[in-house]
Amino acid sequence: MLEFLQNIPWDAIVIQTVNGIVTGMILALIASGLTLIFGIMDVVNFAHGELFMFGAYMGVVVITATGSFWLALVLATLIVALIGAGLQITTLRPLLGRDPLTTILATFGISLVMQNYALWQFGPVARKIPEPFTGQFTLFYLEYPWYRVLIAVLSGAIIGGFWLFLKYGTYGIWIRATTQDRVMAQAMGIPVPWVHTGVFAIGAGMAAASGVLFGPLVGVNHAMGLDWVLKAFIVVVVGGMGSLGGSIAASIFISLLEAYAAIWVSPAQAVIVSFVVLILTLLFRPTGLFVPTPK
Amino acid sequence: MSKRPTIIYWTGFSIVLALLIVAPLVLPEFWRRFVTEILIWGLLAMSSDILIGYTGMVSFGHSAFFGLGMYGAAAALLMVRPPNLWLAIAYGLVGSAAVSAFVAYFSTRMRDIYFAITTLIFSQIFYVIIFTWTEVTGGENGLSFRRPPLAIPGLYSAPFTSETLHWFVLAMVTASYLILRRITRSPFGMVLQSIRENEARTRAIGYPVERYKIVSVMLSGLFAGLAGVLYAIQNRFAAPDFVYFLVSGETVIFNVIGGIGTLVGPIAGAAFFLLLREAFSRFFTEFYLIPVGIIFIAIVIFMPQGLLGFARRWLNR
Amino acid sequence: MSLPALSNGPLVEVEDLHTYYGKSHILDGVSLTVGRGEVVGLLGRNGVGKSTTLKTIMGIVNPARGKVLFEDRPITGVPAHRLARIGIAYVPEDRRIFRLLTVMENLRTGLDRRGVSESRKQEMLDKVFAYFPVLAERRNQAGGTLSGGEQQMLAIARAMTLEPKIILLDEPTEGLMPRMVSQIRQIIDVLHRDGVAILLVEQNVPLTLEASDRVYIMEKGAIRHQCPASELKVNDAVIHQYLGV
Repeated sequence: MLEFLQNIPWDAIVIQTVNGIVTGMILALIASGLTLIFGIMDVVNFAHGELFMFGAYMGVVVITATGSFWLALVLATLIVALIGAGLQITTLRPLLGRDPLTTILATFGISLVMQNYALWQFGPVARKIPEPFTGQFTLFYLEYPWYRVLIAVLSGAIIGGFWLFLKYGTYGIWIRATTQDRVMAQAMGIPVPWVHTGVFAIGAGMAAASGVLFGPLVGVNHAMGLDWVLKAFIVVVVGGMGSLGGSIAASIFISLLEAYAAIWVSPAQAVIVSFVVLILTLLFRPTGLFVPTPK
Repeated sequence: MSKRPTIIYWTGFSIVLALLIVAPLVLPEFWRRFVTEILIWGLLAMSSDILIGYTGMVSFGHSAFFGLGMYGAAAALLMVRPPNLWLAIAYGLVGSAAVSAFVAYFSTRMRDIYFAITTLIFSQIFYVIIFTWTEVTGGENGLSFRRPPLAIPGLYSAPFTSETLHWFVLAMVTASYLILRRITRSPFGMVLQSIRENEARTRAIGYPVERYKIVSVMLSGLFAGLAGVLYAIQNRFAAPDFVYFLVSGETVIFNVIGGIGTLVGPIAGAAFFLLLREAFSRFFTEFYLIPVGIIFIAIVIFMPQGLLGFARRWLNR
Repeated sequence: MSLPALSNGPLVEVEDLHTYYGKSHILDGVSLTVGRGEVVGLLGRNGVGKSTTLKTIMGIVNPARGKVLFEDRPITGVPAHRLARIGIAYVPEDRRIFRLLTVMENLRTGLDRRGVSESRKQEMLDKVFAYFPVLAERRNQAGGTLSGGEQQMLAIARAMTLEPKIILLDEPTEGLMPRMVSQIRQIIDVLHRDGVAILLVEQNVPLTLEASDRVYIMEKGAIRHQCPASELKVNDAVIHQYLGV
């Protein structure tokens, strides 16, 4: 028994726990935007991964021009939020009231256009966002970068800030009211079409922020959105579609499991973990793992 | 019900068929292959129309069915000597049937958007499996193999020429169209359409809706697999790229552009898209998807019935 | 944004409304008016189109034909959120309060409007809590935890925060205990005193006759009879004819 316990790679597990939380927080930030948009407008935003990617590219552009990571983070978020608002007004508003599948198609089309536009403008070679600061601490046998910890903290802060906004601000009340009963919200004078635009913009901004935060970890290229979008969709289904808390919990849960799996198998195979979780969820708790089962 | 529309329909059908038969004899090699490819993608899109247009379920999982058909054929052509055409088809169909049964079981529990997302995720599952299981599937590089001869056992065997391959594909696609058309007009097909119109009511009348849906997915998957087999035979390789969900996405694009619920619409949609791609890539090189994507979005917003949608009622008569 | 009352005409006027749900011809030429500060009752059996009339006025449902006028200006097809801001409030059947929002947050959906000072908001809040003390007690509770009668009061209070010129009330006393019903009756009187017009759809005939100035009776999607409420109190043959009561 003791030998078994000794053979468990405790140090790897702790390291992977930290890694899992870091990835989980970024995923949570992306998935929150997706859940928000779906919960309030019934729109499955296929282009969400591309908003993430655009955010990263905007970050590259701003850093190259100004050298400031923090400015890049703020500007990229604002610019992509505006782009998101523009997209919603031009392509999604006309589709209001139609079959919800048309919005999947429309956002899928947008994702294709955005991907190729990025490819056209920035070329196929990956770009890099430099870390805002270097500096590491020793975690067992690794020199663990502080920056990664910062990502997790910042993502959490953004999500937390947004939660506070939802709970207390006037616009937060508008958003919550519209999510619960669109018709009565309108009857109370809440300009629902603009609430929709605002929410889409916020979701887009959150995706962009994740892109900038995640940028230093990997190269920025036009296809980076695809993998994240898939994972985000899995998270949203597992977490319970439309449940913000659920998707955050699911993000961390799945990322931790994948991180642990990566101790023993290759990362490319570790993604199977998320698929297995999805299948199990669909079989046994199709409304979502982290959502109380409806009676 | 007047006889004239039917005569017009079959006349039109014969004319198109005749044109397609003559095509390889008059077109240069590049365009010959182009038309054959249109037929294969058209078959894939047509299979997807059974789900989208007739049962009302949008699926993003067709890349898995297509891919398994492709890899199934590859398996037959690599494992069995001498390479046998009909065996390849059989393996491919079995492979895609198995996959579609698996996907159907899980995803038909969900409705609407959830169904679409689930099928998409499943197609990605298969992509990852194929991509990483290098020993069996060749991983990233895929598999290549020789094209089997066109053989009718005991009677005839000769290697495919460009023309005979085209005619074989045309025969397969035409047969598939006729079979699917027959099915959509059968009682089974009527139930599917009733599910599309009002699922709750169909269920209330007493039909086991889930079972119909599962059969619909499998039927769709079967013909998508056939398209995969044909693709493998034409191009002599199988690659994971074709299992990536983008292929499913393009299939749905063909459906929407051409007009769902018409069976021929998706084929026209495939032709339109591929021709646009060809035309635009002369000017925009690799970024043809930008204008094509914008056109697609515009069609979704302004012309949701697609190119042939206006003829939908007529084509289904 | 609203112009001063130029005319002495009705506050709300509905002309020849035709509304369809799918193929159903629900409203088949409805015409009625509500004057400033008037309480107008709309009676009729279930399914004749009373709720649909209110929804059409509120811009929740679009009519196929016909016009809706507010202060002599056409508002047909104007979306509901704009109508709420120019003075039309809607209290639907089954209340439809925001169940996951607290009582306070429910009220804020109407209070938090542009151009309303903090002091006026506080005044409105005080007034609402004075009329509905039970809401003051439960101000931080989620709307879904309130009883049926309390939810009805919240729905009316919420509408009041819009400082409307007219409130569209759809079956406010349905499913309520007699004590609550009389409370609703009092609220209607209070609103009337404050000069708010009310278009009241009700199944409770005696209450409607007491509270209203005028009454319309609907049948099969159209108005069949209208007269001052006082007339119907003495002549109930008409009531029997259309409502079978």
